Amino acid sequence: MNESLPPFQFYWELDGWIILAGILCAASASLLGSFLVLRRMSMLGDAISHAVLPGLAAAFLLTGSRQSSLMFIGAIVVGVLTSWLTQWTKQIGKVDEGAAIGVVFTGLFALGLVMIVRSADTVDLDPGCVLYGSIELTPLDRYRIGSWEIPRAVLTMAFVLVVNVVFVVTCYRQLKITSFDPALADSLGISSKVMHYLLAALVAMTAVASFESVGNILVVAMLIVPPAAAALLTERLSRMLVVSVVLGIVATIAGHFGAITVPRLWGYSSVSTAGGMTIAAGALLILTILFAPKTGLLSSVGKKWLWGVRVTGEDILALLYRQEERGEAGATAESLSKQLLLPRRNLWFYRWLLGIRNYVRVEKSDWKLTEKGRMAAQDLVRSHRLWENYFASEVGLTNEQLHPPAERLEHFTGSQIRKQLFEHGPSQEVDPHGKPIPPERDKSS
Amino acid sequence: MSWNELLLQVIRVITLQDYNTRMVMLGTGLLGAASGVIGVFLLLRKRALLGDAISHATLPGVCIAFLIGVASGGSGKSMPLLLSGAATTGLLGGLAILGLRQFRRIKEDAALGIVLSIFFGLGILLLTLIQQIPEGHAAGLEGFIYGKTASMVAEDAVLIASVTGCVLLVALLLYRPMQLLCFDEGYAASQGWPVFWLDGLLMSLVVAITIVGLQAVGLIMIIALLVVPAAASRFWTHQLPKMLPLSAALATFSCLVGATISALAPRVPSGAAIVLIAVATFLVSLFFGNVRGIYWSWRRHWRLRQSYDREHLLRDMYELVELEREQDKAGKLGPTDVSISIEVIEKHRQWSHGHMMRALYRLQLQGLMLFHDEGRARFTASGFKEAARLTYDHRLWELYLMKYADVDPLRVDRSADDTEHALDPEIMESLKVMLDKEWNGKVPPSPHPLESVPSEGGKR
Repeated sequence: MNESLPPFQFYWELDGWIILAGILCAASASLLGSFLVLRRMSMLGDAISHAVLPGLAAAFLLTGSRQSSLMFIGAIVVGVLTSWLTQWTKQIGKVDEGAAIGVVFTGLFALGLVMIVRSADTVDLDPGCVLYGSIELTPLDRYRIGSWEIPRAVLTMAFVLVVNVVFVVTCYRQLKITSFDPALADSLGISSKVMHYLLAALVAMTAVASFESVGNILVVAMLIVPPAAAALLTERLSRMLVVSVVLGIVATIAGHFGAITVPRLWGYSSVSTAGGMTIAAGALLILTILFAPKTGLLSSVGKKWLWGVRVTGEDILALLYRQEERGEAGATAESLSKQLLLPRRNLWFYRWLLGIRNYVRVEKSDWKLTEKGRMAAQDLVRSHRLWENYFASEVGLTNEQLHPPAERLEHFTGSQIRKQLFEHGPSQEVDPHGKPIPPERDKSS
Repeated sequence: MSWNELLLQVIRVITLQDYNTRMVMLGTGLLGAASGVIGVFLLLRKRALLGDAISHATLPGVCIAFLIGVASGGSGKSMPLLLSGAATTGLLGGLAILGLRQFRRIKEDAALGIVLSIFFGLGILLLTLIQQIPEGHAAGLEGFIYGKTASMVAEDAVLIASVTGCVLLVALLLYRPMQLLCFDEGYAASQGWPVFWLDGLLMSLVVAITIVGLQAVGLIMIIALLVVPAAASRFWTHQLPKMLPLSAALATFSCLVGATISALAPRVPSGAAIVLIAVATFLVSLFFGNVRGIYWSWRRHWRLRQSYDREHLLRDMYELVELEREQDKAGKLGPTDVSISIEVIEKHRQWSHGHMMRALYRLQLQGLMLFHDEGRARFTASGFKEAARLTYDHRLWELYLMKYADVDPLRVDRSADDTEHALDPEIMESLKVMLDKEWNGKVPPSPHPLESVPSEGGKR
């Protein structure tokens, strides 16, 4: 462990460029990734990251140099080839997408490995890290444009982003239809095949450009994680695109700051920025899973809980109403807990809740309905008994069967449905058990 | 190396005389069999790339185990510790995949990709952390994820054998629920099987195989062994009981052949050789597999096209000859006397010249038509008979379409073309009874006779 860490500093000159490169990569990857996720091709990025090896090897063997532009071209060719071979295998052999990807990328990687190892005595080519750039090194390799010195990685990724944005904007409609309903697209004269291959080719280009400039794990993650989170947040494709790009950018910024600051808490210096950005994207996904307004865990648990509270509260009111109707004295906590099968400790909560909403007041441990509570309970009991009438006359249930469905439905029944039940019911005075049906309240008063 | 030496070398390898070869063959063969079996379940469960995700998910486990080892005072590079770390995060990754699948909007592939990239990112991050501690020259750790098949020792083979044995045993014991799970998850659940736990079990089997395989043969090869043989076996059979042994056999075959090649050829890594052989078996299956192989469907398609071409050409020729004979006022021209310019037929059918010549050539081989140097063709006697039969059927069908389906006479030729090849003799027989009142089996006149005389007249 390094005891004498230099003080933390943030250099716009260095960190600014790193973040910018990350942002460009994240934006271009999440933009295309949304379509990959929709088309269930998410694993394509990872597959390409392994499969480009023979392209690199071939470029090297043909030219005998490690010049990056040639390697880049070789990798792009094989990247496009990977996605096309995958499509070909999938369509012609009717193989699963995943299986097709698996066959193609493992085969290509093995081929590349053999090519490299076979010519190892003439070649200085490490299969692990030929093309795998590192985002931390982006500020070092610069091009001069006018009076500006801009890192090459930033230029490359900016170019990729522009191409991707132009593609998505011009082909938005076609991409949308072919992603959701390829058959419809074909019948409209939009070739789903052409869109598929175009998309795959752009993914290959984005992936390879990112491997070279910012490293492979970042683009593989950004192709999948932000779009998956966006899919949980929205149902509209246009919003999904925007949200996933924004999430990708947020993850990039947070990831870089995290990677250079968090390890210092334990006395280490900064760790892999690409790793940090990936973790940040993962953290955003977990946050989405927990807190997404519609699909999130918390919201679905919360909705269930709120519903449960509402039903129990209404049951308490209806019970108190029936007791009043029978002329019995107010209920104690004990009798309520017995009749509603509710633990005593939960009753405190309902006592507070119903009290604060002015439905119930408790005098000397006796629960009594207030005027407002009585009115609410009246609606419930009226709904309940109207339903019983309905089930007895229209559905033909026996008297013993009437209670459970009515007990369930009373919580869902508004005045509109009560009105209809009232008009169709046989008796408008009493329910099948002979109990009086309370009158509908006049809402205007 | 002379041929003799090569032969001796081959024999040495095949008869397993070297200790090293024996271990490699045994280890990879067993691994292949087990991953072939598990791969089938994964493929049918549409999780073919699970091995990919899990093998990437082991990296942070290796790093954490190393850090724990260092923190507790060791070197951190004890194999059992690293393996258990790998297994732990591998399982966690599997659980995360199952958890993510509970969300309707996150599909299978996205769940795999999410787990793969985030776990691997964490691993990369931890590797850079490890590089900062004095004990952590992480080279050995990275080497962990690229196995070296060539240097397998008896201990490795024993480990592989015991793990694969367990995996196979579990897979066979749970054959029935696994089958249900793969084909109809809902039905399996309705039969009372705990689907989530079965999935979890399948996941753990994959983790076991991946861990052993990663260390023994490397990342890419274990992914390939889990995917490729299973996908290949699908081209040969639809039945799970046959798919399982077939996939295991294909995987074992690839392993043995690949290992042999690697032992014989200098500088061919065995993992790569095995993957390439597996992909080759996949390609062979893709083309020639007797159930879904594309060669067979191509051949069926091609034959059908040929029979269509034959029928179309004979009928066109018949119509041209018919016209020629009608215009011959003397009525002396016999059906085999008229020759028609090939160009005219080409124009009539709108075929390319090559297409036309191939079809004509086949008809000549069948003895139905003759064509000679001046670019003209004529019927043989049997050819005319066959053409008359086809034309008779075609026109009956046209009549039927016009009379009962109310098809426009100008378009009836196309409509009849589309369907007539699918008509069987029984239907033709009943059409004959229904429609043939006046011609007694002779060819009825066309409802849309050729109007223009072909650009060149007939020749005697």
